[in-house]
Amino acid sequence: MDGEPLVRWHWLGTHVAYLRDLTLDHAVIALVPVLIALLIAVPLGLACARYPRLYQPLSAVFNVVYALPALAVFVVLIPYTGLATNATVMIPLTCYALAVLLPTTVDGLRSVPEAVRQAATAMGYGPWHRLAAVELPAAVPYLVAGLRVAAVSSISLAAVGALIGKGGLGYLFIDGFQRTFPTPILAGIVLVAVLALVTDLVLVLARRLLAPWAVREKGAAS
Amino acid sequence: MNWLDWLHTFFTSPARRSGPDSIVHRIAEHLAFSGEALLYSALLAIPLGLLIGYTGRGAVAVTALTGVTRALPTMGLVTLAVLLAGVGKTAVLVPLLALAAPPLLVAAVEGIRGTDPDVRDAARGIGLTHRQVLWQVCLPSALPTLLAGLRTAAVQVIATATVAAYVGLGGLGRYVIDGLATRDFPATVGGALLVVLLAVATQLLFAVLIRYALPPGIRVRSAPKEN
Repeated sequence: MDGEPLVRWHWLGTHVAYLRDLTLDHAVIALVPVLIALLIAVPLGLACARYPRLYQPLSAVFNVVYALPALAVFVVLIPYTGLATNATVMIPLTCYALAVLLPTTVDGLRSVPEAVRQAATAMGYGPWHRLAAVELPAAVPYLVAGLRVAAVSSISLAAVGALIGKGGLGYLFIDGFQRTFPTPILAGIVLVAVLALVTDLVLVLARRLLAPWAVREKGAAS
Repeated sequence: MNWLDWLHTFFTSPARRSGPDSIVHRIAEHLAFSGEALLYSALLAIPLGLLIGYTGRGAVAVTALTGVTRALPTMGLVTLAVLLAGVGKTAVLVPLLALAAPPLLVAAVEGIRGTDPDVRDAARGIGLTHRQVLWQVCLPSALPTLLAGLRTAAVQVIATATVAAYVGLGGLGRYVIDGLATRDFPATVGGALLVVLLAVATQLLFAVLIRYALPPGIRVRSAPKEN
């Protein structure tokens, strides 16, 4: 590292397109799993809220899943899904996101006071109508809170995928390390952080649109 | 191409029995720097968290800070730290500290703030000093949250410490990373399994701790939630 500056601005200037492609790649690898996890978490959360017996074993399983080291899971999947494929990285990331989202969905659905539920029934809402008009909206602030955690950690974890050949911005860390060249590493750290912050901001804005009442309530959302 | 064969090869190989590449030695290395990272982050984050939680000052800053640090990729920090500080313990401790300190800080702040205000007032009312209220009232009631935070931090550190092997440091990651580089899949899968087992064992250890090590008055309340 003798004489090598921390940041070579010239390198950044000539690699704008490259960095943009890596960022887009990273966003897909990290965020598609979160979306898939959301699609699984809502029906599964509904089932858990309705049949509490289901929730105990499931939450135990996801507690363990959350403890698994990402790199180890990537590696264990390689024989089935192949080296450097999207599936090898995205399947574990989906599981991590689900481990975060399932409890928040169930908490959200359970947050509806019994009196509110009964009032909705008394006004003639059937079970499905009540679900769509009362219970799911009530769960939105919880879901968004869970999504924020899941998305940010997914973006940070996806970088590890570079070790098995599929990691978007994580590739910059390997590249910079192998060449003893800090500029790509710093660029990677900053871009991962920026991607995470932008995603977080989008989610906060989405909550304001979908659940404007939650902005005023403290505690439930953040 | 069989999992069980790989694991059999890995666990029965003579190189895994003794010497620097033995399983016992790698687990010891892994636990040593995970433990050290956890200790330093606890020494740094818990007193600060207790102070912030008790005074209520800076709690907003803590929330903002933890959001940002959660986004920092450990792999990037590890590689950068090695380039800046050279291969060594510092290079792995700093990124792990950045990983473990924020959840501990949040747990300490939330634990203290979660103390029933009436109980705090009552403690002041019967003549306890601020210091006594913090130690004798707030700290015990914050203990479940604090232990949950410690569990989250410990599990994450153990899981992430695997990455340290990429920059030439020891621990269980050596099996995973070296195995990947040399296409020695038995080592990779065996190492991965060991990391998973270690992380799950830590999780269980804390579950036991949370159940049995709390003061009786605290224990009756329901288990604390994960951060």
